[in-house]
Amino acid sequence: MSQKESTVELLTGKDCEGKKSRIPAKLDWLQSVTGLFLALFITFHILFESSILFGKEAMYKLTKMFEGEPFIEGGEPLIITALAFVIFSMFIFHAFLAMRKFPDSYTEYQRYRTHRKLLKHSDTNLWFIQITTGFAMFFLGSIHLYMMMAEPEKIGPYASSDRIFSDWMWPMYLLLLISVVLHSWVGVYRLIIKWGWFDGKDPRKNRKRSKMIIKTLIALYLLLGLASLTAYMKIGYEHQDDYGSRYISENHK
Amino acid sequence: MINKSTQKLDNIEGYREIDITVFRYSSQVKDSKPEFQTYRLVETPGMTLYIALIKIWSTMDHHLSFDFVCRAGICGSCSMVVNGKPRLACKTRTNEFEDGKITLLPLPTFKHIKDLSVDTGNWMNAMSKQMESWIHTKEVTDISAIEKPIEPDVAQAVFDLDRCIECGICLASCSTKIMREDFVGAVGINRTARFAIDPHDERTDEEFYELIGDDEGVFGCMSLMGCEDHCPKDLPLQSKIAYMRRKMVKV
Repeated sequence: MSQKESTVELLTGKDCEGKKSRIPAKLDWLQSVTGLFLALFITFHILFESSILFGKEAMYKLTKMFEGEPFIEGGEPLIITALAFVIFSMFIFHAFLAMRKFPDSYTEYQRYRTHRKLLKHSDTNLWFIQITTGFAMFFLGSIHLYMMMAEPEKIGPYASSDRIFSDWMWPMYLLLLISVVLHSWVGVYRLIIKWGWFDGKDPRKNRKRSKMIIKTLIALYLLLGLASLTAYMKIGYEHQDDYGSRYISENHK
Repeated sequence: MINKSTQKLDNIEGYREIDITVFRYSSQVKDSKPEFQTYRLVETPGMTLYIALIKIWSTMDHHLSFDFVCRAGICGSCSMVVNGKPRLACKTRTNEFEDGKITLLPLPTFKHIKDLSVDTGNWMNAMSKQMESWIHTKEVTDISAIEKPIEPDVAQAVFDLDRCIECGICLASCSTKIMREDFVGAVGINRTARFAIDPHDERTDEEFYELIGDDEGVFGCMSLMGCEDHCPKDLPLQSKIAYMRRKMVKV
């Protein structure tokens, strides 16, 4: 947009043709697209992370696969850096777009909070979960993603467990897990309603069904994530005397 | 302080007493201080909030202000917040509140007049004008000729959205509207949907974008569904907001 066009919009609220800007439509669409992309990423991320439940070897092999081991001997952790960079960029962009909806003054927050408490309406309460977890993830998500970008080689059955247990990262991961699972699935539910994806012949019935499925997925993913975190904690606890040493694959022994 | 009804009917055994707490305030009077006043009265069979408020007004407090016209859920005048939920007072039975305690507040988001009375009319009138709520066509209407026929399913869908009574409950149930005064709300988006699906209206999606294509319109909606879940006429707001959003994002 040129300076002239921007100035016209500043003064009239419309473009040089007297039309409304198309940017709000693009922002709304992009917020949904980036959110969906991140939710899908998290869906798979938590699944892959739970490979530790199948043992150290399973987690090791999956880590190496992501480092491109079938094609690069020994794997290349920079692939993880690149992947984390893409996710981090998407994460920042999504946060930037979603911030438009946050209550942004005392008055807005006071009115929203009081109204929410009076109304006792489930979907309005779900949005409170979304803004709270979204706000928490500005910090929690950034810590995790930056670490993955900076130290991609420190992913593995022992390296990850040492980080979680001995390096005291588990409280951060616990909060991040709860935040990301709630935020992602509530966000997916919101997208279903927002765009009318599964409206079908009976949108109301399908909304209830979508909500029930989403609640089930939240419970399943929280359980899976907590089980994985516990497994890493256990390995970290047992490995604390050998802190820093790396896992050696059974194939290399 | 609790005001008590003095009607003879109150002595009939077997009827319970209910407490109705009302927000009292007059924005027109400089010294008026907001307060809550509780009225105790005997609940009669089939009592609605309309009946209860009339009883309070006629036997206990003639200064209490509230709005009613049709008493049948058609005019949309009597919307108020009942125990936190925006509802039509004439369609709300007092016996659904098991503890017999009912708190009534005026609808938020509208200009407050006095006690439970708010000005929805001027807001709705401005919204109607803003949404250009009339058929836009280049065709010259010949009132002696039969109107251009449309498919019965389409006509039904248009009539369905036309059932809106402009009660303001969708706005009072909406977090976006609560936070952002300029948001046009479900009532406004529903209005554009009504004309968008009507084949008599020749407006293009680009023209509808000029009405609701911003954060005060459909892109301001956060899909919290307070409107859908509280609408007393059960309008299909969820699907129609999504319908307009899909249309507008393609413009």
